[in-house]
Amino acid sequence: MAIDIKQLLPVFFEESFEALENMERDLLALEPGAPDDEAINAIFRAAHSIKGSSGTFGFAVVSEYTHVLETLLDLIRDGKRGISAADVDALLESVDVLREMLQAVQDDQPVDAARTGASMKRLEGLLAADPGTAARPTAPTAAVADAPAGPSNDPAIEGWRIVFKPHPHLLRTGNEPLRLIRELADLGPCEVVCDIAELPALDSLDAEEVFLSWVLHLRAPVERALIDDVFAWVEDDCDFAIVALVSESAAEPSPGELSPPPEATPVAAVPSAPAVSAEPAEAAPRERRAASTDAGSIRVAIDKIDDLINKVGELVITQSMLGQFRDGFDASQLTRLQDGLAQLERNTRELQESVMQIRMLPISFSFNRFPRLVRDLCQKLGKQVELKMTGEHTELDKTVLEKIGDPLVHLVRNALDHGLELPEVRAAAGKPEAGLLHLDARHQGGNIVIEVRDDGAGLNRDRILKRAIERGLVGESDLLTDDQVNHLIFAPGFSTAESVSDVSGRGVGMDVVRRNIEEVGGSVEVRSRQGHGSTITIRLPLTLAILDGQLVRVGREVYVVPIVSILESLQVRSSSVSAVAGRTELYKLRDDYVPIVRLDALFGVRGDSQRLEEGLLVMVEGDGAKAGLFVDELLSQQQVVIKSLETNFRRVPGLSGATILGDGTVAMILDVAALVRRARPQGAPSAEPMAA
Amino acid sequence: MQASSAVNAGATAFEDIHREAHDSEQYLTFLVGTEHYGVEILKVQEIKGWEGATHVPNTIEYVRGVMNLRGDIVPVVDLRVRLGIESQVDLDKSVVIVVRVEVDGRERGVGMLVDGVADVCDVRRGELQEGADLYGDIPPEFVRGLGSVDSRLLVVLEIDRLLEDALRTSLREHTPGARVAVSNTAATPDRNTTDRSSNREDAR
Repeated sequence: MAIDIKQLLPVFFEESFEALENMERDLLALEPGAPDDEAINAIFRAAHSIKGSSGTFGFAVVSEYTHVLETLLDLIRDGKRGISAADVDALLESVDVLREMLQAVQDDQPVDAARTGASMKRLEGLLAADPGTAARPTAPTAAVADAPAGPSNDPAIEGWRIVFKPHPHLLRTGNEPLRLIRELADLGPCEVVCDIAELPALDSLDAEEVFLSWVLHLRAPVERALIDDVFAWVEDDCDFAIVALVSESAAEPSPGELSPPPEATPVAAVPSAPAVSAEPAEAAPRERRAASTDAGSIRVAIDKIDDLINKVGELVITQSMLGQFRDGFDASQLTRLQDGLAQLERNTRELQESVMQIRMLPISFSFNRFPRLVRDLCQKLGKQVELKMTGEHTELDKTVLEKIGDPLVHLVRNALDHGLELPEVRAAAGKPEAGLLHLDARHQGGNIVIEVRDDGAGLNRDRILKRAIERGLVGESDLLTDDQVNHLIFAPGFSTAESVSDVSGRGVGMDVVRRNIEEVGGSVEVRSRQGHGSTITIRLPLTLAILDGQLVRVGREVYVVPIVSILESLQVRSSSVSAVAGRTELYKLRDDYVPIVRLDALFGVRGDSQRLEEGLLVMVEGDGAKAGLFVDELLSQQQVVIKSLETNFRRVPGLSGATILGDGTVAMILDVAALVRRARPQGAPSAEPMAA
Repeated sequence: MQASSAVNAGATAFEDIHREAHDSEQYLTFLVGTEHYGVEILKVQEIKGWEGATHVPNTIEYVRGVMNLRGDIVPVVDLRVRLGIESQVDLDKSVVIVVRVEVDGRERGVGMLVDGVADVCDVRRGELQEGADLYGDIPPEFVRGLGSVDSRLLVVLEIDRLLEDALRTSLREHTPGARVAVSNTAATPDRNTTDRSSNREDAR
């Protein structure tokens, strides 16, 4: 049956990018001089499948280029040449070039011919330079020249001339020539000439037979395969010929040429699919491009879906059990009803968890780009770094994962540029020449904790302080703890790098890192010991869609406070409240003074009472600082589904979103971090430690 | 027998019909106070009885709050307040018209609180009378023109512009320092409206 090959394009791109990721990973793992056969084979297979499928889809530039790459890999694979560090570099470059090419093709942009050409020269140069292959350097080039010979690849094609002569019995097979012609017309402007020469006289005309034939000129450079698809159903019931119309050339139509079986194309595209899906359990390294064409798809392991189906099955059983009560209910059945409801609750919760699981992806999706990044940066900076990654299988929400990608890159770059020292410096300090960069991810409570740890120089207290004083972030006479100094690096525009390199040092970094992380409800903190390295810890929520909330009441309004940010709730003793500057109220909580946020005044609503003793203080922590929210009453705790206010309305300061309560009304979810920030004086770092 | 571009010939015929139909547009007319206003009917998503909305902190008076429209959180703009129309407010008869409008480049659902829905009528584009001096206090960019239906004046609103402006200016601007002052003075009318709509109680 006819498959519209365009439908397969997204799969092609996804798989090609995935293949490139695999190539990159294997290349990085490759030991120059002593190649691992299995790795070489894997790289070769990846290149080969890109070549094959790009050819199928008519992306000649890609398949030509991959062909050269493949030739080189083939020689390595057959052991006809060794693999040097330069080869690895060239191959890595070719991965980049291919990725750019595919990206360009995907975005319908022209491919950067200069870059492609240069890289192809480099690969050909490697081929030519190798003594073992000196005799055959022309082979790949020749093959390349042949490659675009396929009709659909030729850019000069302006359209197609199609001769379509149905056999007389065509109508009896349920086919309608007009429908075919319409389908062709859908592909582009179409001129149709009908040949009525064989039309018999009216009295001998059999209404169930076809006597007409057509010559169509399709003036659009569509793929040959698309046209073949149109005729896929009737190819045995007609004679037809398809000839390319080349621009201004007199390409003679040659009637009688039969099209190749149309199935050939779709089938050719398929083999690459099982190759990839056969290993879904493996942390498929697939970097999500931020391209606008990203349809936002997600690949889900089959066992997660099976699990979901099981849960739905259980829910259906519970539902039918509860359905029995529809016809009548008496007190004797109360226990059964209660059991049923309990079961329903459990089913719902489990189903919810399973659904959330679908959005969860291993953090390796984010981590996998780092080996390459670290390698490239090390070369550029002349440093030696051993990259260690642990906990790559820790799963977190796809949205969170996408948001932390860039901050992580930034932190890794920072660690390499500022943190880890040059080999000589390290040796002088009595440390091993190769620095250690450790990326670690793990679950902790309801959070995901990601650590970026290095054993480099650590943060330089004096330099940070000097820069902070220059920028007026702190006063010259301020006494700061090490933690407070370390947190200065998160101030906007802060950089201690002596010179701005293209790696880092523009000072746009850490505050953006912090903001991005806070945007997804996470927090970031830094620990550092001068001379021993630094650790940056990122805490992220498991998911963004559902939150454990404490409902609180202020007058008529009900607000949701995320439970994770609540420390405790207490009744106010007026003796513990003191005022500063007549306005800011502070509550003495054991040894700390904590500012009180009067939600009624802040939100312009009327609370039950202005007197603190008559309400409750909900102690919350956000952004590393504490505040007490003054509310009238605590209501229930429940899980709430977070709805964005921005979808139809806008962002409102102090709120992180809204939710719908059991009775169908809307309740606002408080943005604790923002409320705490407002309660605290400006220029926070100098006033209070930002983190525990 | 040249059947050339049969597809195109059909398309032009279709365009003619299309254009003809678009010469006159259908408007949903509604009451704000005693005045008749109209919005393009294609923008209207649905009409609901007023069931109350949840107050959103620090919004300007004409934002009644947000309501739950089958799981979507939709803001409600009180057109009486927005257009500065005095009216006897009978919230039992008030109606929310949910429209789909383009605000800041994205389509959004926004509810308009009005005094009642009147009719659906056809108005020819050419028949709308324009003139900024006729619109009273309503900024001219919010009005498409004036028409008449059954010898009554109909003010046809440029609803995208009106609601875009309403949403953009919906937040009270205030600095943290002036927090107390703002909530004490300017919030008074706001509080009245909140009381009258009596959020949660109405919804039950």
